[in-house]
Amino acid sequence: MTTTTREIEFRDALRDAMSEEMRRDKRVFLMGEEVAEYNGAYKVSKGMLDEFGPKRIIDTPISETGFAGLGIGAAMMDLRPIIEFMSWSFSLVAADQILNNAPKMLYMSGGQFGCPIVFRGNDGAGGQLGSTHSWCVEGLFSSVPGVKIAIPFDPYDAKGLLKTAIRDDDPVFFLESERLLSTKGSVPEEDYTVPFGKALIRRAGTDCTIVSFGRPLYFCLEAAEELAAEGIDCEVIDGRTIRPLDIDTIIESVKKTNYCVVVDQSWPFASVASEIAAQVHQYCFDDLDNHVHRVNSDDVPTPYAYALEQAYLPNTRKVCEAVRAVTYNA
Amino acid sequence: MSSTTTKTTKSPAQGKVDYDPIIKELPEQQLIQWLRDMLLIREFEVRTMQSYQNKKIGGFCHVYIGQEAVAVGSFAALKPEDPVITAYRCHGQALARGIEPKYCMAEMYGKIGGCAKGKGGSMHLFDKSNNFFGGHGIVGAQVPVGAGLAFASKYIDEVINEGASTRVAMAFLGDGALNQGAFHEAMNLAGVLDLPLVVVCENNGYAMGTAIDRGTTRGDNISAKADGYGMEGFVVDGMDVLRVYADMKKIVDAARAECRPKFVDMRTYRYKGHSMSDPRKYRTKEEEQQYESQDPLDRLMMYLKATTSFSDEQYKTMNKDVRAEVKAAIKWAEQSPEPTPDEQLYHDVFVEEFGPYTGTSVPEMLEEWEKPDSQKS
Repeated sequence: MTTTTREIEFRDALRDAMSEEMRRDKRVFLMGEEVAEYNGAYKVSKGMLDEFGPKRIIDTPISETGFAGLGIGAAMMDLRPIIEFMSWSFSLVAADQILNNAPKMLYMSGGQFGCPIVFRGNDGAGGQLGSTHSWCVEGLFSSVPGVKIAIPFDPYDAKGLLKTAIRDDDPVFFLESERLLSTKGSVPEEDYTVPFGKALIRRAGTDCTIVSFGRPLYFCLEAAEELAAEGIDCEVIDGRTIRPLDIDTIIESVKKTNYCVVVDQSWPFASVASEIAAQVHQYCFDDLDNHVHRVNSDDVPTPYAYALEQAYLPNTRKVCEAVRAVTYNA
Repeated sequence: MSSTTTKTTKSPAQGKVDYDPIIKELPEQQLIQWLRDMLLIREFEVRTMQSYQNKKIGGFCHVYIGQEAVAVGSFAALKPEDPVITAYRCHGQALARGIEPKYCMAEMYGKIGGCAKGKGGSMHLFDKSNNFFGGHGIVGAQVPVGAGLAFASKYIDEVINEGASTRVAMAFLGDGALNQGAFHEAMNLAGVLDLPLVVVCENNGYAMGTAIDRGTTRGDNISAKADGYGMEGFVVDGMDVLRVYADMKKIVDAARAECRPKFVDMRTYRYKGHSMSDPRKYRTKEEEQQYESQDPLDRLMMYLKATTSFSDEQYKTMNKDVRAEVKAAIKWAEQSPEPTPDEQLYHDVFVEEFGPYTGTSVPEMLEEWEKPDSQKS
């Protein structure tokens, strides 16, 4: 089967996903700060006001608790809200709504009221934004049952995963990276979705499994090329969704390579990497030739100074070092 | 009712009733039904307190005694399709909205027969069939969600059905929630987005043990806050169901017609403590007695006796019926099985099935428990 594809930016993929779903389903609307008349703080929603009008593309005041809660109420009445946080860092002021209400409504109401809502926006360090604006919320939020968390890596997944998120009957946290919005990739012309809970092997290899999500995957793929030259053939797994986590694909890979490195942009303590490491140790104990190694951001607030921020974030060099360290006895 | 621009009207002295003309037009049967609705809430709450003391009900428990007229009168002003949401003192609202007492009682007993299969508890009662969107435990957090109910009502009517907005959402909060950011943000959003939302502050004078003047600016007249959000504010006597209905009917109708939010300072009083462990040392017995002498059930009884043929005999029969209904609810709750971890622990977390999660299902509102053969009479 031949498919027509086109080259688009990550932000276009996000917009296409939302626009196509809004054309398909009148229950879908977009709400957030500067999403309408300003055309989106990062131009993700550019042109959507013109097409869908102010009743479906809705500007809000700077009021995250208010509009996050409003979206939850609308979702309880079976609308399909997309709530944009300009940055996930700002979701913290709406923590009670997104963590106490959205994920628990179905359970607390004994199955009477679901919460089919998508919260989306930029997650992770944008580049010298300092401590308050550089949150990687996946470390904090992934311990809460009742939410799904997706982190797209390229335009194909950005569009396919976001469509899945919008169609999903449960609350989804959709974590984009400001640093990826201008990256390009090809997407099919026709309708497609990317399922949740299905990891993708971005690079096949035999010597060491590297697991990551979103932007750090670039470092992992670069590192894999560098390490290949040294004779270490890495398998790079894109988890795609943290919840649900496709641990099966990871286990299968580790059983083959016997080594595992997890690269996670959140802080190390009680992080996504900690959880994956724990599960790999649990399910692959007899297959591992070394304990799982982790690459996280450093355990300090995100610094402003360029040199400090670079030292703090995961990067290609750190991934290479972790793989060399974990496979030293190979 | 008085808007913020007019002087607050005082409750009339007992016996000297001076109600809005719309009250005189109501059929007698309607008034008798409201008396029964309030009586049911009171009896339900008395038995709730007993069950709590007998350790049949766990966790936190906040009873509605004294505030019955608020829920009964306010909901009478709504249509069945109007969505409502409230805070944790939710038993009275749930009952007034029409849920059967047995589903509420079984929920508090933590039984599978509860409206949320025993997963919500006293503070989290829900009833989709009556557009009752909960019982919410975090102070003030339900107000933005209520704004969402108003938003969705309008959106469904205007965008999906391509017609005019027809519904009004009602969100309750206590006076203690006035100082939460969530309240402020919801009020502002309701104002800027033209939401058909009636925000009702059940002002019982105390945020747990903190008197309103100690924690809230303009505690003397909180309806004044509405002005800052560009909406009308009203003061309503929440101890008199006829006044509540007459005023709320006008407020709700206006919100519906204008598709605009309204704010109500609903003056009421909770006779009991904030929760079951509250010794009420922050207020005087004299104050409590003063409010209890203005009891909403007594006031309606007095009006009925003065204007209709409703008799003490009829009231006795009503009382007997209500007691039997609540007693049956308790029996039903006691007979209901507990939710089993195998079936329920991982159920209702997500809509779809995956991993350890077994999807979701609506509660089975059974009429009678399937008893084992040995227990059948």
